[in-house]
Amino acid sequence: MSLSLDGAGLVHPNGHRALHHVSLSLASGARAAVVGPSGAGKTTLIRVLGTALRPTGGRVDVLGVDPWQVGTGALRALRARIGVVHQNPPIPPRLRVVTAVLAGRLGTWPTWKALASLLLPGDAAGAREALARLDLGDRVFDRCDRLSGGQLQRVGIARVLYQRPDLILADEPVSALDPTLADEAVGALVAASEANGATLIASLHAVDLALKWFPRLIGMKGGEVVFDRPTAAVTTAMLHELYATEGRTLPVQGVEAQASERGPNVLVLRRPGCQ
Amino acid sequence: MSASLGSTAPLAAPLRDPAARGRLGALVAAIVVLWPLLVLAEFRPAALFETGHLQVMADFLRGFLPPSTAPDFLPLLAKATLETLAIATAGIALAFLVAAPLAVLACRALAVSRIGPGPGRRRSAALRAGTRALLTGLRAIPEVVWALIFVRALGLGPGAGVLALAVTYGGMLGKVYTEILESGDTRSARALLEAGSGRLGALFYALVPSTAQELASYTVYRWECAVRASVVMGFVGAGGLGQLMDQSMKMLNGGEASTILLTFLLLVVLADAASAVIRRVLA
Repeated sequence: MSLSLDGAGLVHPNGHRALHHVSLSLASGARAAVVGPSGAGKTTLIRVLGTALRPTGGRVDVLGVDPWQVGTGALRALRARIGVVHQNPPIPPRLRVVTAVLAGRLGTWPTWKALASLLLPGDAAGAREALARLDLGDRVFDRCDRLSGGQLQRVGIARVLYQRPDLILADEPVSALDPTLADEAVGALVAASEANGATLIASLHAVDLALKWFPRLIGMKGGEVVFDRPTAAVTTAMLHELYATEGRTLPVQGVEAQASERGPNVLVLRRPGCQ
Repeated sequence: MSASLGSTAPLAAPLRDPAARGRLGALVAAIVVLWPLLVLAEFRPAALFETGHLQVMADFLRGFLPPSTAPDFLPLLAKATLETLAIATAGIALAFLVAAPLAVLACRALAVSRIGPGPGRRRSAALRAGTRALLTGLRAIPEVVWALIFVRALGLGPGAGVLALAVTYGGMLGKVYTEILESGDTRSARALLEAGSGRLGALFYALVPSTAQELASYTVYRWECAVRASVVMGFVGAGGLGQLMDQSMKMLNGGEASTILLTFLLLVVLADAASAVIRRVLA
């Protein structure tokens, strides 16, 4: 079992209940998308799984470790095995692309190597290889403030590809990308998960990407899991109910899906990834 | 634009800024607190312009003109200037060595145990508080007092000034470094810590790149302050331009004093230019 939540809940100090009794488990190398409207608790769930937030109730098990029962060293070692793609890439604009990508291995590099790599990049070839998978291979030595928002987001993804974690978590990874790039970026995450046998969980606002790339969908609303089943078993009606607060159309990223939206209020379910 | 949009809002009720009352209160409180302080400090700017006082000041300042360019004085000035530069630079370098590790220890943005929160958070919070207290202690005692102490141990000369700067300015740099590091975009550091990075990794891959300009410009500004501080310390025998100025003033040689003041002006302009160049390089 790669990760499991057992009755996990999270109440913020201000009393806001972000997660309520969430139980789910994923096998090693499994892939799942978390979908749901804004404020459903998707980000909180990703942060709890990424050991960035400690649940106020229930149990967490990530890669066979209970992150809140182990010592500092073990927790750090666990965190080095988790790669997170953030909604807004947390990369200082002055950093060069190569440095931003190499930062993915700070969890495993010894300090001297990390510091030496600031003077002369320790593994520029490795960084370029990760960037090339996202069509950014020619921007290795550019500064990050020279990149567009979408390119910076892909640098954030390249950092996680370079990290080669056992668990990839993605929090709305493609909300800043146009449809084609979004599709490619999610594809790159899935490919990385396939290549390394890494577990992948992505929260996605756009349901078409979730349907296309993930064999399992976890629907969240109001901090609770509404459904958790194979993509093939998810019906359009379930999705419409999930997104009922956001109007009559389902949020999508793709051009084709948007075109089909104009017809009757039905989303064409395409799932080439899971026949 | 459309009338239907506004029709539901109760336009009849006057719109009150909920923050207005608090702001007015703060303004009144500031005046109430500051006025007695001004009275206590005998702040009477009008006294400057009473005829007798103006005359006295003018007589004093007249003694400073013209600036001295005596051939036996200039070599002394050059030596003292170099000495001052050396004191300020060595002092700041030592202060940096004191401040940098303490700032890393005190910086909340680099505290791994705050994520979660995780194990060891109480100990780590206590360590941060202790480090902050140490920084406060270092800078609470003015450098001139440290200089007086060190002059007794090391004898007259620049050595005492350097140590005094290292202690007081170490405390100041450490405090402000901590605050600069915490004021930048700390999300990037947190993301690295959440991926298992160590403190130094998060410092140099996230915090320093986003705050390098501020860190450098504050350090250069402190160097400039150290040049000025070395004057005051010179009065207590810690060498440099201050000691020279002390001698000139005691011999009532205003011309030399004004040449020394012009040298200061030059050094400050120099520091400003250096700061501008460094900021441009780091931009």
